[in-house]
Amino acid sequence: MTHITTETLENVISISALEFTPAEKERVAADIENILDYIDQMNELDTDGVEPTYQVTDLQNVWREDAVDETLLARDELLKTAGENVTQSQVKVPKVL
Amino acid sequence: MTIADVKQKIADSSAVAQVEVAIAAAEKTTSHNVYLHITRERALARAKAVDAGEITGKLAGVPFALKDNFLHFDGPTTAASKFLDSFEAPLQAEAVERIEAEGAICIGTVNLDAFAHGGSTENSAFGVTKNAVDAERVAGGSSGGSAVAVALGTVPFALGTDTGGSIRQPASFNGVVGLKPTYGAVSRYGVVAMASGTDTIGVLSESVEDTELVMDIMAGQDKKDMTTLPDFFAPAAAAPNAKKLALIKEFMADGVDEGVKARILAAAEALKQQGYTIEEVSLPILKHALAVYYVVVPAEISSNLARYDGIRYGNRSSEANTLDEVYKKSRTAGFVAENKRRILIGSYVLSSGYFDAYYQKAQKVRTLIIQDCQKVLAEYDALIGPVAPSPAFKAGRNADPLTSYLEDVMTVPASLAGFPAVSVPVGEANGLPVGLQIIGDRQKDADILAIAKEVEALGE
Repeated sequence: MTHITTETLENVISISALEFTPAEKERVAADIENILDYIDQMNELDTDGVEPTYQVTDLQNVWREDAVDETLLARDELLKTAGENVTQSQVKVPKVL
Repeated sequence: MTIADVKQKIADSSAVAQVEVAIAAAEKTTSHNVYLHITRERALARAKAVDAGEITGKLAGVPFALKDNFLHFDGPTTAASKFLDSFEAPLQAEAVERIEAEGAICIGTVNLDAFAHGGSTENSAFGVTKNAVDAERVAGGSSGGSAVAVALGTVPFALGTDTGGSIRQPASFNGVVGLKPTYGAVSRYGVVAMASGTDTIGVLSESVEDTELVMDIMAGQDKKDMTTLPDFFAPAAAAPNAKKLALIKEFMADGVDEGVKARILAAAEALKQQGYTIEEVSLPILKHALAVYYVVVPAEISSNLARYDGIRYGNRSSEANTLDEVYKKSRTAGFVAENKRRILIGSYVLSSGYFDAYYQKAQKVRTLIIQDCQKVLAEYDALIGPVAPSPAFKAGRNADPLTSYLEDVMTVPASLAGFPAVSVPVGEANGLPVGLQIIGDRQKDADILAIAKEVEALGE
């Protein structure tokens, strides 16, 4: 049985930038342990010397010129997606430092 | 309803009249919770332009529905999440641009599991979509809205996305055709990313011919999506000559619904009458496909969904005072439980100390899955079997996530391998639709569609 310690769970929640109530934490930890137990069946297989498959297109480096492309959107069009959090063509965020 | 039917009606009346018919039909589906937004204004403007001869093409005036994770004009692109409930896209997805360039008219966006995470449309932030045949049951998912929009006859085709079965399974559950093409066949530019290693764009329609036509229009390289393959898709004049299909033994095992198995075997028997050789082939490696999928895909989800930070787009929490709180509170409010669960699993398996044991191991097992499938595909035109272990299930049935994940066991192998796979209706089990899944080697999309046409003809 996989056991996720409180410390590990807190770390994973933190790096995921999420918040959970204590009750939610208990439930999600159980769910994850359950899923990881299922995933452990992979270890029945000997994969020594097997190359991992990270992509299935067989495409090699696809290059383009390092030039401004006219099909890209204008800045102001993109800024509209930030809604009211825009001032002087900049996206507003709370104080960083 | 087929594209040819609609084109005939447009010729007899007008594109405006037919778009109005489609919108009226879409508005009558509220009891099934299919459409999230009707793009009436833009649809009618485009229909007028078709009638004026300003817009022409192979799909001139033909209405379609769009899964709400394709960026589009006229209304929000929500991905069925509260995070994006008011997100107005600044551009349209390349796939949408390509079919619009042939005159097709989007009449509205349809429901999905939020961010396409799920197989029932129950994870939508805007309510579950009901099955077209039995409203007590789920539509399937994540492209549940797309499948029901077609099955209820509102449109002849709809676009969907398929990362682990999200087109094929709802197609099977609602009795329509659904194609997940070869990975890289259709540009994903402008589509909300889930797991970039297996995300694909595909079509759901009533007839195989219509899926083939829309694929022919959408497929091909796009410089805005560098994972797209050079255009290889061309409709096949006939099914492959060998007529040899491998029925996957493990997909017909104990635990699979007897009614589903009976429909698959009946279709296989009918195909034999048409000259096909069908042999049962064992692929024991496939029992590991789901484990691999639920490592690789959450890992990619956790990375892809990191972009939703409440800063540049998507709702920003009004309760946040610091930058860190903007991220955490916006994400906590914007994602549904299943999104969060997948992000956590992904963050866990990618964590320092776990990467080799999970992600690396999974990608090695993925290699073995691909090798074993390709050995069989070297001898057979395609692999066949059910799409899911059962027909559409009742809403609310799956309380625990692992049980829900197990529903994907028959669809994830093709996703991990990048193979094309189509679900084509082969009748009903206990009054519920059943689809036959046909899986081909990469870039054999046209061949599996040609076989699907012969399956479709069995029922006529």
